Amino acid sequence: MELTPVDATGRLRVSGVCTVATAPASTVRARRLLRDSGHTQIVVDLSGLTQLDTVGAVWLRRLPTLAPPRIRDVSLVDLPASLSAFASTVQGATAAPPRVAADPDPGFLDRIGERAYADVSAIMSFLYLASDLTWASVVALVRRRGIRPGAFIEQATLVGADGVAIVAVIMFLIGGVSTLQAAAQLRQFGANVLVADLLAIGITRELGPLMAAIMVAGRSGSSFAAEISTMKFTEELDALRTMALNPLHFVAVPKMWAMLLTVPMLTVMANFIGLAGGTATGVLSLDISPATFINRVQNALLLKDVITGLVKSFSFAWIITIVSVHRGLQFRGGAAGVGRATTAAVVSAIFSIIVLDLVWGLLFYLR
Amino acid sequence: MTSPAMAGKVVAVRDLQVAYAEDAPPVLDGVTLAVDRGDVTCIVGGSGCGKSTLLKAIIGLVPPRAGLVQLLGESLYELAEDNRDSLLQRVGVMFQYGAMLGSLTVGENVGLALQMHTSAEPGLVQDVVDAWLERVGLAGSANRMPSELSGGMRKRAALARAMALEPEILFCDEPGAGLDPITAAGIDRLLLTLNERQATTLIVVTHELLSIERLDGRLVMLDGGRVIYDGTAQEARVAARSDLELFFHPR
Ligand SMILES: Nc1ncnc2c1ncn2[C@@H]1O[C@H](COP(=O)(O)OP(=O)(O)OP(=O)(O)O)[C@@H](O)[C@H]1O
Ligand SMILES: [Mg+2]
Repeated sequence: MELTPVDATGRLRVSGVCTVATAPASTVRARRLLRDSGHTQIVVDLSGLTQLDTVGAVWLRRLPTLAPPRIRDVSLVDLPASLSAFASTVQGATAAPPRVAADPDPGFLDRIGERAYADVSAIMSFLYLASDLTWASVVALVRRRGIRPGAFIEQATLVGADGVAIVAVIMFLIGGVSTLQAAAQLRQFGANVLVADLLAIGITRELGPLMAAIMVAGRSGSSFAAEISTMKFTEELDALRTMALNPLHFVAVPKMWAMLLTVPMLTVMANFIGLAGGTATGVLSLDISPATFINRVQNALLLKDVITGLVKSFSFAWIITIVSVHRGLQFRGGAAGVGRATTAAVVSAIFSIIVLDLVWGLLFYLR
Repeated sequence: MTSPAMAGKVVAVRDLQVAYAEDAPPVLDGVTLAVDRGDVTCIVGGSGCGKSTLLKAIIGLVPPRAGLVQLLGESLYELAEDNRDSLLQRVGVMFQYGAMLGSLTVGENVGLALQMHTSAEPGLVQDVVDAWLERVGLAGSANRMPSELSGGMRKRAALARAMALEPEILFCDEPGAGLDPITAAGIDRLLLTLNERQATTLIVVTHELLSIERLDGRLVMLDGGRVIYDGTAQEARVAARSDLELFFHPR
């Protein structure tokens, strides 16, 4: 593309090929030529153009915006007849309608108010969902209408059975690490043998339920949120509605049942494997005989600890389901929205688990 | 509540106003429409003018901001859940993009309503599913997942699912879009057969001129959020109106 400097009569000639390949790179030169001219009116002569495309035509249309304020008028003239198909684009006939005026910048208090309103309505919708889903899960036990036979087994397999391996491996390692850490401290007091007690208590009260729940939140919470947000995106939830099925009950109740059943089961397994990992590490790396170690573990194990651990895991399963279903339903906008819903579900679920854990800790062990 | 003009209509919409957000401008603004039992109605209009929104408002998915919506003589949005569900069982809906449940097979999708709402035993459900799939040209696809079907196949499966409970009213959002002309004509014939044999009321959103011609029913055209034409297709074709002219004879 050729740009000849503005001549004495205020003419800027644009000639040659003005396309996506040449136009963008000429912006700087065009701006300089316009700035260097002493005129207040410029006529852009297009008669020498040989080729144009949409990018080129829009580039020409934008020439006036490149002119310094001193230049009051830039007009485009003499578009060759062979390029008349682009005339309306060059003349800006297809210009976008003016945007709807945005709200004037809201004040500080307005923004706080809006934010608070959004938070309060999110909390209300969460509480509503929590009560609706909980109630539906109980009612559906006796009245199965609206729940697809087989859905529960499918979900229980996905949440429970498929999660066994990873929970087992992680708990074995956690048991081992806990033993080593405990031993490092207790050795200083010559109390090596108390490692077993600490392990038994730590695993059954805290680490077993907590790690099982966190693994389930990462595996199943994320997939619940992804599934539900995708179903919203593809109008599957709407389709269920029109088939006279309550989407929430149809989709979420089997998930709730599966979680409430399998997370405590995973926790029992996590406790066993964690203790096994700890015992193995203890026996191999500290000089405690297997018999002593196992004996002390057995003595330190309290039914109360195991049971409170199970109660906790039951509540974790409940909160993970509700949080991830809620995040899935909050979904807005496209594939990226599904990703955001999934991430938000895992983060919120783990956060809620920790908060609930603290609450249970205060209830059970505060004397 | 029901005015005489609305009595006996399977679908009655009056001064309907719908918006997707509180502060958004309405998508539909003053739509009035009444459909008689057994009629065939084609809804046409430019892309984005609110045809799908109108269907969704009628079947209870988008609560109206103002106006009256009645389906089979009942105000859907005011019913208790149980009553609404039994009303919806008399209605079939085929969504614009199919909306097949991705976690179930095509056969399970088609048979879902039968399985959930009737006491049909699994063998019967299976056979009905096969019969419907065959009628929409998808014989043998029952065990495939919706994600394994092409766009057009998915819509045909969705049509089979919408018809599985033998609805009194069938809503179809662009049944012919994405189909080859032969399959599209087959779908139109199938819809007409249903209409003749079971007096199924058909409400069809479509852009295909051929399809409008074949269905040969009432034509409702939307524009700017309102109904701008309501009459027979033949009259529309010869009406001296520039907006209709452009639709039927685009240059
Ligand atoms: N979920 C939604 N949220 C916000 N706006 C929406 C939503 N769905 C549709 N709209 C808007 O409503 C208007 C009408 O959409 P609708 O899907 O009803 O159009 P349509 O007539 O079916 O178009 P098409 O022929 O392309 O399917 C559009 O302007 C669209 O942007
Ligand atoms: Mg549509």
